[in-house]
Amino acid sequence: MRQSSNLINKFTNSQGGKLTDRPFDAATYVDAAAALIGLPLDPAHRPGVILNIERIAEMAGLVMAFALPEETEPAPVFLA
Amino acid sequence: MSEADALTIAALVRGGAVCAVEVAEAALARIAAKDPALNSFTAVTRARALADARAVDAALARGEDPGPLAGAPFAVKNLFDVEGLVTIAGSKIDREGSPAMADATIVRRLVAAGAVLVGALNMDEYAYGFTTENTHYGAAHNPHDPARVAGGSSGGSGAAVAGGLVPLALGSDTNGSIRVPASLCGVFGLKPTYGRLSRTGARLFAASLDHVGPLARSVGDLAAAYDAMQGPDPRDPASADRAVEPASPEIEQGAKGLRIAIAGGYFAGTGEAAAAVANVAQALGVTRKIDIPEAARARAAAFVITASEGANLHFADLKARADDFDPMTRDRFLAGALIPANWVTQAQRFRRWYQEQLLALFDDTDILLMPATPCSASLIGQDMVEIDGALVPTRPYLGVYTQPLSFIGLPIVAAPLRRAGELPIGVQIVAAPWRESAALRVARALERDGVTCAEIALGS
Repeated sequence: MRQSSNLINKFTNSQGGKLTDRPFDAATYVDAAAALIGLPLDPAHRPGVILNIERIAEMAGLVMAFALPEETEPAPVFLA
Repeated sequence: MSEADALTIAALVRGGAVCAVEVAEAALARIAAKDPALNSFTAVTRARALADARAVDAALARGEDPGPLAGAPFAVKNLFDVEGLVTIAGSKIDREGSPAMADATIVRRLVAAGAVLVGALNMDEYAYGFTTENTHYGAAHNPHDPARVAGGSSGGSGAAVAGGLVPLALGSDTNGSIRVPASLCGVFGLKPTYGRLSRTGARLFAASLDHVGPLARSVGDLAAAYDAMQGPDPRDPASADRAVEPASPEIEQGAKGLRIAIAGGYFAGTGEAAAAVANVAQALGVTRKIDIPEAARARAAAFVITASEGANLHFADLKARADDFDPMTRDRFLAGALIPANWVTQAQRFRRWYQEQLLALFDDTDILLMPATPCSASLIGQDMVEIDGALVPTRPYLGVYTQPLSFIGLPIVAAPLRRAGELPIGVQIVAAPWRESAALRVARALERDGVTCAEIALGS
């Protein structure tokens, strides 16, 4: 189902950036990355995995579009 | 007795008005009678409950203090270790494991405070969901309308408390999994500061985001349970080395003196979510609004980190037996295993930046108010929900307001609105790190004024 609304934009795309200028071929990526890490994919699961990597890529696009200062270190554990 | 909160029960038990065994028997009878319609329990620990209750009664008979929660029944999300039970974490795979040798740390601490464990509760598989539509064990049903979800992933916890089966339950919250079911079931929930409560003996999901905490029908119970569970635990690498800071003595101090603001922008909400925040703000006399920067990006970063950490945790099973996962979680876990490290590292670095921005907000603000969920409970099986005239996918969207906050570990009380004749919905009362007591004070003030209220679903 196609979703487009101000709300969607507000929660996902408001200031997003594309990860790459070339179109992202999720199916090719899923097959190659799964092979690289030795993850067998049941053909029945593959369409759902492709859909989910597209969703993750959309989210990652938002994160990657944000310019961080070089001194900003990862914060895996929250400490006030 | 189904109406009484844990502290009321404990007072009756301690005062000799009722014995703990009677209380346990009554809770077990309620579970037997009502849970078939709710599906909130996956195991009932009858023998243990009666033995523990007898121990409470025996301690009282000897003139000893059995603790502040003496005889109060509670149940735990089935990702917490319970001695003698297999910790299934909502999965089929973990059912093959051995029974736990000991209780999880916070379960043990509640029992030490006199509480009586009566069972383990339904959840989304491996905590990866906001609705508790579990294919292996069935959906948890919302006590206010059994056709609707209880929220998730601590859906059994929300349903068991809202249905009057137990006054107190434990849940976990990685992206909203205490606060979402609290909102949809109309109960109080506390997600403490990251590192405040021990996760030892709780099955992890995404370790850098995983929290544990209580759900209850009163703020007093929330604080009492939280206080009983506090304290460092060297066996949890994320556990903060902080002494116990009891919140219960402070909760009656009221909201006066606390600098409260409404979170605008991303968190403004629409429809019933916005109305809920407006009600609470009005009751507190709060008009100041502040914007939280880059919340959408924070949610996105939490989304990426969760998928990656969760997939890594379950990678061996994803390789060997993906078909044994719940179809509701399987493809998300599989995709999470394929995320490039570059995205995860950037998400973790963004987390630092975002944390610094939010900590700065707390220089002149003690409490932020915002919705807990964008809507009240959706129907079981409902893929899309209409919000502000737009159709959005139900399951991920239930966490839009919770996810950007657990991302940096802030302490939050989810408090349900009193809405006669309507489904419950909650607000988030967000405090600065380690200021759980401030959030609980505000929740208690709202409860005392009748603005928030966790009502037992009478039809359940």
